[in-house]
Amino acid sequence: MNLQAELLINAALIVMLTTTALAIARLRSLFAVAMLGGMYSLISACLFVQMDAVDVAFTEAAVGAGITTVLFLGAFALTSSRGSDTSRRHSLLGLIPTLLVGALLIYASLDMPWYGTADTPVHAHPLTTEYLVNSRSSIGVPNVVTSVLASYRGYDTLGEVTVIFTAGLAVVMLLWTRRKKEEPEG
Amino acid sequence: MNDPLVARVIAKLLMPMILLFALYVQFHGDYGPGGGFQAGVIFASGIILYALIFGLDRARLAVPPRLLRRLVPAGVLLYAGVGVASMLRGGRFLDYNVLNPAHPTHGQHWGIFLVELGVGITVTAVMLTIFYAFAGRGRQRS
Repeated sequence: MNLQAELLINAALIVMLTTTALAIARLRSLFAVAMLGGMYSLISACLFVQMDAVDVAFTEAAVGAGITTVLFLGAFALTSSRGSDTSRRHSLLGLIPTLLVGALLIYASLDMPWYGTADTPVHAHPLTTEYLVNSRSSIGVPNVVTSVLASYRGYDTLGEVTVIFTAGLAVVMLLWTRRKKEEPEG
Repeated sequence: MNDPLVARVIAKLLMPMILLFALYVQFHGDYGPGGGFQAGVIFASGIILYALIFGLDRARLAVPPRLLRRLVPAGVLLYAGVGVASMLRGGRFLDYNVLNPAHPTHGQHWGIFLVELGVGITVTAVMLTIFYAFAGRGRQRS
């Protein structure tokens, strides 16, 4: 793809992302917010694909746009599907830390190397060559992301699965106790 | 929803494709994007779609919560079990090479396959458990 088309696609996606975020901030109907949240994830996934991070995009699309939306809808069924109106003073007060944190993040991002630069620490580190070049012969799996996640960094992934396991356990302990008590009756 | 006929027909058409795609993502993660985590989430969303359209009770019959409560730790145990197996065969924890000493890359393939399967099982079971927990409570209130 030529550079201009890429720039155009990126710009369009960023505009869509910002518009969605602004719409989420303005809306009071939480059902619409959940749907727009899914859309936000989907647009982010498109941006990740654009940056050649297909595995990340895949996760974002499946988790952000899929499961999270459904869980939000489930939560609305338990609580309320309408957000309460915040007073003007409160929203102005919230605007100050938001702008400060945003400015701080943008300032921090200026320190990051330019996207796609070849001589960054990430690309210059010898480990990168080890993973990208030698994984084919030592692991034999074409997708380097998989060999890093499941083999080179198998420890970390085991930790991640344990985190998911713990999360599931916590939800069962918090939400399932009452149901179990009432199950024999119903 | 009173009688969501269109939704029912579409869901029935989509369900096998979603589940098949999840299995594809699960077992094709070595070659393309994806892996256990994404596959687990997709598989769970297939079942959740079924629950949303056909009701929680029928979904509970198809995938009983009792089974899920066993699958949640089973995936983690499978993952850690591969590590223990490689230790028993004289290697380090999660060193897949020793699973097939004659062909280290075969051992790696086996290790990655089983480990990803463990991830997929746990993720599917946890996502469905969370969904059941939310949906079950919502029905109780009303």
